[in-house]
Amino acid sequence: MAKVSILHGQLLDITISRLSQQLIENHGDFSNTVIIGLQQGGIILSERIKQKIKTMENIDVPCGQLDITFHRDDFRRRENILTPSKTEIPFLIENMKVILVDDVIFTGRSIRSALDAMMAFGRPSKVELLCLIDRKYSRDLPIEPSYVGKVVNSIQSQYITAEWKEDGHEDDNLWLINQ
Amino acid sequence: MLSTKHLLGIKDLTREDLELIFSTADQFKEVINRPIKKVPSLRDITIANIFFENSTRTKLSFELAEKRLSADVINFSSSGSSVKKGETLLDTVNNILSMKVDIIVMRHSSPGASHFLANHIDATILNAGDGTHEHPTQAILDTYSIRERLGTVEGKKVVIVGDILHSRVALSNIFALQKLGAEVMVCGPHTLIPKYIDQLGVRVEHDLRKALEWCDVANMLRIQMERQLVKNFPSVREYSQHFGLNKELLESLDKEIVVMHPGPINRGVEITSDVADCENAIILDQVENGVATRMAALYLLAGKQN
Repeated sequence: MAKVSILHGQLLDITISRLSQQLIENHGDFSNTVIIGLQQGGIILSERIKQKIKTMENIDVPCGQLDITFHRDDFRRRENILTPSKTEIPFLIENMKVILVDDVIFTGRSIRSALDAMMAFGRPSKVELLCLIDRKYSRDLPIEPSYVGKVVNSIQSQYITAEWKEDGHEDDNLWLINQ
Repeated sequence: MLSTKHLLGIKDLTREDLELIFSTADQFKEVINRPIKKVPSLRDITIANIFFENSTRTKLSFELAEKRLSADVINFSSSGSSVKKGETLLDTVNNILSMKVDIIVMRHSSPGASHFLANHIDATILNAGDGTHEHPTQAILDTYSIRERLGTVEGKKVVIVGDILHSRVALSNIFALQKLGAEVMVCGPHTLIPKYIDQLGVRVEHDLRKALEWCDVANMLRIQMERQLVKNFPSVREYSQHFGLNKELLESLDKEIVVMHPGPINRGVEITSDVADCENAIILDQVENGVATRMAALYLLAGKQN
């Protein structure tokens, strides 16, 4: 099983800083903006972005987490049932600008489920999508991220895993793995 | 993934199954407290609720759980149906299945009725109570409610008080509590405790005060008059004097205990109104948890149908 590092350590930190800068550029004082991290890959990333914005601008952006398991389009079509994770959105999203955060975008199906799941909490005025890795040319649905950390060309049989310090790893690392 | 295709009784489940249902129910509990309480998971599933016996809570709870999961639901109750014209259980269910039903939720007065169906038809069967045998979803919601209030079921002492002989809730609760590591005691008059129940590994007590002093949780069952063919105690008044839980008795204990009741309550018989409505009682939490845990069970069973 060959694996290649796509982003790691300081380079990854620079990428997250750049994405946070872009958000600051577009959302100003974040008075009408919330961040929602998608379970499970988007949670640590959304916390990192929240921290960056806090350090750069001293603004506390409300940050929630959303699980999409019950909204997936492949329920009963896969071998195993996915176990749901926690959803915690302690704020209203009605008329707010929502930034959905996920680590990797591939087919776009998870994001479609996320849009569906998010609507249960109200009608946001605008939704944007931030992804650390965009696996280009592999979309099943017409969904494109608004902010991208790095574009990767990959094939169906490859997959990406993320290692974060928060999970007990020595360093942050994103790997492209050949099955 | 659940180890069984059907949910016929707690006896068939493993501890891991119960814990999977609990962790899934945690997420469904969050879902039913959202502004929009519905998820699309079961939108391509049709569920028939077949009730050959009376029910308020279980039937409503199942129906709500199914609708919150976006399933299509049809309801059937034996009164006013062709069962009265002599149609057999198997014929009735096969006719319902011809209408392309995926899951059957059934309550029946005969113990083993749901096992019988599971052996003879293709759909997934969920037992909503079969006579005096089992009522698995009630035990799941009861143990889930204990876990929610006390943090865990492991190591807790639970007494089930009342009509153990005729109660499917009691049997399912005993299995579920034991699988989750709780100690179980049953308490009631000699006539309402099955003769060999100690073989299930439960303690038996006939003095309510002693039982309450021992336990962390008291589950007060209803006297099932509809199933009693002979008189098992002299009068309801005498039963309630010996085995009814009142505020005075509850307050005289030197510790706080959790009071549960599966409903319907006969106020003033097994439990007085002031106890049913007090802080220690989690009776309405049980009802709320009923919807979340049934959503979890339905979701996990439906996921096994590929």
